Amino acid sequence: MDLNAPIAIKVRGICNHFGDQVIHDGVDLDVRNGEILGVVGGSGTGKSVLMRTIIGLQRPSAGEIEIFGEPMTDEENEAQLDLRRRWGVMFQGGALFSTLTVAENVQVPLREFYPNLGQKLLDEIAAYKVVMAGLPANAAAKYPSELSGGMRKRAGLARALALDPRLLFLDEPTAGLDPISAAGFDALTKDLSKSLGLTVFLITHDLDTLHATCDRVAVLADHKVVAVGTIPELLATDHPWIQAYFNGPRGRAAQSAVDRHMAKGA
Amino acid sequence: MALMASKAEFTEDQGAKGTALRVTGRLTLSNLGDLPQRLDAFDGPIGQIDISAVERVDTVGAWILHQFSGRTGAQIVGASDEAKRLVALVSQADADVRVRPEPVNPVVRVVTEVGDATMIALRTLLGLVAFFGAILIASWDIIRNPRRLRINAIVHRFELVGVKALGIIGLMSFLIGIVIAQQGAVQLQQFGAEALTVNLVGRITTRELGVLMTAIMVAGRSGSAFAAQIGTMKLTEEIDAMRTIGVSPIEALVIPRMMAAVIMMPLLGFYATLVSIFGGGLFCWVSLEIPPITFVQRLQEVIPLTDLWVGLIKAPVFGAIIALSGCFQGMQVEGNAEEVGLRTTSAVVQAIFLVIVLDAFFAVFFSQIGWI
Repeated sequence: MDLNAPIAIKVRGICNHFGDQVIHDGVDLDVRNGEILGVVGGSGTGKSVLMRTIIGLQRPSAGEIEIFGEPMTDEENEAQLDLRRRWGVMFQGGALFSTLTVAENVQVPLREFYPNLGQKLLDEIAAYKVVMAGLPANAAAKYPSELSGGMRKRAGLARALALDPRLLFLDEPTAGLDPISAAGFDALTKDLSKSLGLTVFLITHDLDTLHATCDRVAVLADHKVVAVGTIPELLATDHPWIQAYFNGPRGRAAQSAVDRHMAKGA
Repeated sequence: MALMASKAEFTEDQGAKGTALRVTGRLTLSNLGDLPQRLDAFDGPIGQIDISAVERVDTVGAWILHQFSGRTGAQIVGASDEAKRLVALVSQADADVRVRPEPVNPVVRVVTEVGDATMIALRTLLGLVAFFGAILIASWDIIRNPRRLRINAIVHRFELVGVKALGIIGLMSFLIGIVIAQQGAVQLQQFGAEALTVNLVGRITTRELGVLMTAIMVAGRSGSAFAAQIGTMKLTEEIDAMRTIGVSPIEALVIPRMMAAVIMMPLLGFYATLVSIFGGGLFCWVSLEIPPITFVQRLQEVIPLTDLWVGLIKAPVFGAIIALSGCFQGMQVEGNAEEVGLRTTSAVVQAIFLVIVLDAFFAVFFSQIGWI
């Protein structure tokens, strides 16, 4: 990974609380251009809240966020709108619009931002995005209720990629998928990020996903980011949660799977 | 600014290898302009398409190049590594995709929809009868074994269905009483018979409107809540969990709601009647100068006791209908959260419809037995 790559997302001193409950207390985080950053943390440590804060769905009580060097504000001006079309978000359940077909879902952001695109081109774009997200060709005309959970996530990914974003947010992409689909999704994430030059902010619990796709991993604990680095770097820290996470039985299993894979490849 | 960035453009060159297109600017979604339409309209033999002067390409730009070269057979030259990679990526994703569902013949569709609607209506009716049967069986079990009656749940429902509705039902009935008195007085004054406003207010609220309006309000307030609560529990598999533990959902969820509605409806209906009469009386006092004591005396003279029975006999039946359709629709929820909303709506519509149909039957019935 290029250590001097420019910073795509710069988070400084973010604080969030719901009532008396403190979620974030001074979160600092840098996401470099072109990397896949995994964000891990126990349940309730505010991974999704951090993502929602970065994309402006949740207003932090303190702190600043810069995306591609431009500060995020609440203003509804041209610059903020321009910023907004540079990222795509895939929510946990796909969050597809249930009254629209998959293809129409993909076309929603396109129509919203580029009302002058012709219907033919819109259809073509929707078609290749759907295929690119790994869906079968006949899925484009289906409604979300006709899709399986894994296909819904892929459709959500297709919609997130609709505007050719430079930045992709994935919220637990492999949660609830069977291991084979999960591995398929990991490979897809990695392929797309490489071929499209995407920066990916990936929230996950899945140790296999971390090992398979992420360039670096950020650990949320004690209301802040306690460590950021590659998995070997994190293993070298002595934070109790990190040790328990990566050196627990599941962490070891995921690690040994990677080792076996490497040995076979060598 | 995206708008200031260089727009995608193309020019024609006549070269040695036939016509060549030179594309310049940014071949990205935000800078396309009318390029796709113009390229689509472009006809004639093209040797190559030169993109060496293109500043940036995204997948949409790559797709347009891929489509154009596929259609005209032009060769893409001068592509940067990134552009080559993206064109390769989109050409991999170029599949025969049907974007829209198969169109259906409108005649066939109308016939199918009518058929579906009929089947759904019949199935709902059948389901409703079956559900009513299940409730009767569960009630019989409880009668034989009264300790299984869930007193706490029932009392809790009493509060939600009855006590908490007092405010809104009171306000509604009060206003309805005033409206009836006011509208009635205007018409009756034409005959100099405004004193008959007392008869109008007293009889229409005791016989019909007190209970009917209460039933509509309870259907909107509690019938919908029953459907939404039970529907959500169905979605979160709470009802399945109950069944596996050996608790009958009919006994634990439906019977308490049913009893609450059946017992609360007459009380609420009576209360609504009183408040309406109070509102009407207030109007008569203020506007027609009928003093309250005269108003009450006249009420006693004109309202036969059977009017009160007509209202109070209907009320528990309406309550049962409301609880039945609310709980039934709730139990029909399957699949997704959208269904909860749909079923809640159907519960209210079904309840109000059935209440009004039954009310018509009751009206004829009571007239026939001489309770006029």
